[in-house]
Amino acid sequence: MNIHEYQGKEILKSFGVRVQEGIVAETPAQAVEAAKKMKTDYNSDWVVVKAQIHAGGRGKGGGVKLAKNLDEVKEKSEQIIGMQLVTPQTGPEGKLVSKVLIAQDVYYPGESETKEFYMSVLLDRAKGRNIIMYSTEGGMDIEEVAEHTPHLIFKEEIDPKVGLQAFQARKIAFNLGLSGDAFKDMCKFVAALYKAYESTDSSMFEINPVLKTSDNKILAVDAKVNLDDNALYRHADYAAMRDESEEDPTEVEAGKSNLNYVKLDGNVGCMVNGAGLAMATMDIIKLAGGDPANFLDVGGTANAETVNAGFNIILKDPNVKAILINIFGGIVRCDRVAQGVIDAYKEIGNIPVPIIVRLQGTNASEAKKLIDESGLQVYSAIQLKEAADLVTKVLAS
Amino acid sequence: MSVLVNKNSKVIVQGFTGNEGTYHATQMIEYGTQVVGGVTPGKGGQKHLDKPVFNTVKEAVDQTGADVSIIFVPPAFAADAIMEAAEAGIKVIVCITEGIPTKDMIQVKEYISDRDCRLIGPNCPGIITADEAKIGIMPGFIFKKGRVGVVSKSGTLTYEAVDQVVKAGLGITTAIGIGGDPIIGTPTKEAVELLMNDPETDGIIMIGEIGGGMEAEAARWIKAHGTKPVVGFIAGQTAPPGRRMGHAGAIVGGADDTAAAKMKIMSECGIRVVASPAEIGVAMAEELKKAGK
Repeated sequence: MNIHEYQGKEILKSFGVRVQEGIVAETPAQAVEAAKKMKTDYNSDWVVVKAQIHAGGRGKGGGVKLAKNLDEVKEKSEQIIGMQLVTPQTGPEGKLVSKVLIAQDVYYPGESETKEFYMSVLLDRAKGRNIIMYSTEGGMDIEEVAEHTPHLIFKEEIDPKVGLQAFQARKIAFNLGLSGDAFKDMCKFVAALYKAYESTDSSMFEINPVLKTSDNKILAVDAKVNLDDNALYRHADYAAMRDESEEDPTEVEAGKSNLNYVKLDGNVGCMVNGAGLAMATMDIIKLAGGDPANFLDVGGTANAETVNAGFNIILKDPNVKAILINIFGGIVRCDRVAQGVIDAYKEIGNIPVPIIVRLQGTNASEAKKLIDESGLQVYSAIQLKEAADLVTKVLAS
Repeated sequence: MSVLVNKNSKVIVQGFTGNEGTYHATQMIEYGTQVVGGVTPGKGGQKHLDKPVFNTVKEAVDQTGADVSIIFVPPAFAADAIMEAAEAGIKVIVCITEGIPTKDMIQVKEYISDRDCRLIGPNCPGIITADEAKIGIMPGFIFKKGRVGVVSKSGTLTYEAVDQVVKAGLGITTAIGIGGDPIIGTPTKEAVELLMNDPETDGIIMIGEIGGGMEAEAARWIKAHGTKPVVGFIAGQTAPPGRRMGHAGAIVGGADDTAAAKMKIMSECGIRVVASPAEIGVAMAEELKKAGK
């Protein structure tokens, strides 16, 4: 589960990680009040107005702006709140900004130069261990750093038996070229960050940039926090941070019916039991000359109720020109699924697009007979190849 | 011979008396699997499906000689169940449970690393050796006995492949569902290696999907050590990038992560890669014919 920058920072702060301070605002008036408070609490004359959406690259799309006085705070937050922010990660339609973070200016001048670093904590799947990945090249796109200067990216593997050790934190601080107070503060920062990652059951932390201030403090200027969905049951407080307005409304609705749905851009909808077979079905739609309109895994129980919910979700997408249902009946009996399709079809009424139903496995031939004799505009198939050919045929007509 | 499990395997069910455990244990017994009992803490001493129930895995092992366990306990308790099985001396632990927190699995992986056991899963359909033993949730009737081994990350896609193999006039030795979680006990390479060393297996089907680098690792191993034809399929050629993985994760996985990249590496390593999931069975039949089997 993704959360907003301001929520991520709240979590980090609760574990002793120093962050760029800030206050959330939903209106320009609130933004101005927040800026006043940043002055009294942190002596920050300037503030940064940062759009709060679940996507990176916000600065590139005009979602992060410096304000040097209260008039500018009002003006910039008026521009950002309510805008449809387009970044390299949002897609061309962008995302509506409903909140901004009024954040303290941490790039103030002082005894030394400021310096930006990159740091993330994540799982190395091959090793089954967490790693801290870090780089001297902060504040920029880490994928570009990986491509052009891979020697500037370092990794530190954490032994699950003993956790992060002090020597590892020191190694990180040395590799980042720090000394003196900044070195000590980085060691503390790394230790607190890893403790936060472990304690919150996170899947990924990405702090870009980590800043060394001009007075040699280390802090997180941004915070991308991704929590492990499977562990949310033991973190009710974090689960409550979910912002459904950031998700596709159809995906949210599908989740409520226990369907795993991801919206795509194609013209052929699909409904499948099992995630692997669902991905394979999307692939076969493409090979048959179409484009998948969605990923939809109805799970182990493909009954009339789930088929009905699946139809309703797929049909919300106006791009859908055909629907392919692909069920491999193991424990689920195909004739029951077929009856479910027929019942759902009749209940919904006139489904405006052709439907191809491929049922294979337990009682497949009985299922085909039920579909063929139902009198509905439904094509039936048993073999996967036949289903693919039907997709091609339907799209051509 | 066969891989991991056979008709002599003595199986216990952890989470025996729950709904899932009861249903699938019944199916496994009907298939002919030697289920010798089960574990549900607090219900020790009772009988369930005519088999003894034990409070701990240790008691079950001591009294029945069980060497295989299948786990149906809820995600919050599944990591504990795996470690209990490992500690009690179970040799093959099959964990069906989906939704175990990653942090728990990091600990499990570490805990079992120096113990003499093999973990299959979690989040998998289990293992089946055709006509001998089913330790899983797959529909047993589709697995006709034969000489093709299957390694797969997913459930229904495995059934699809097996069905095609059988329709192509072939059959199955052992099918291993390795699981779809980020951390699993037996990666693709190790499962392929088991089948490559099995004298009853003539050809191997390897089914993967986007994410992680396991298929590439297996492909490189096959190039260096393979002695049998391998047919490969990667699901998710049309999956949009970045929907499930944070971009920092994609860096660690390297360029091996996408379906296209994996298919390319597999082809370069001598695996017959099919673009369409409808061609898995036919391709296996062709490759076996070429190999003179």
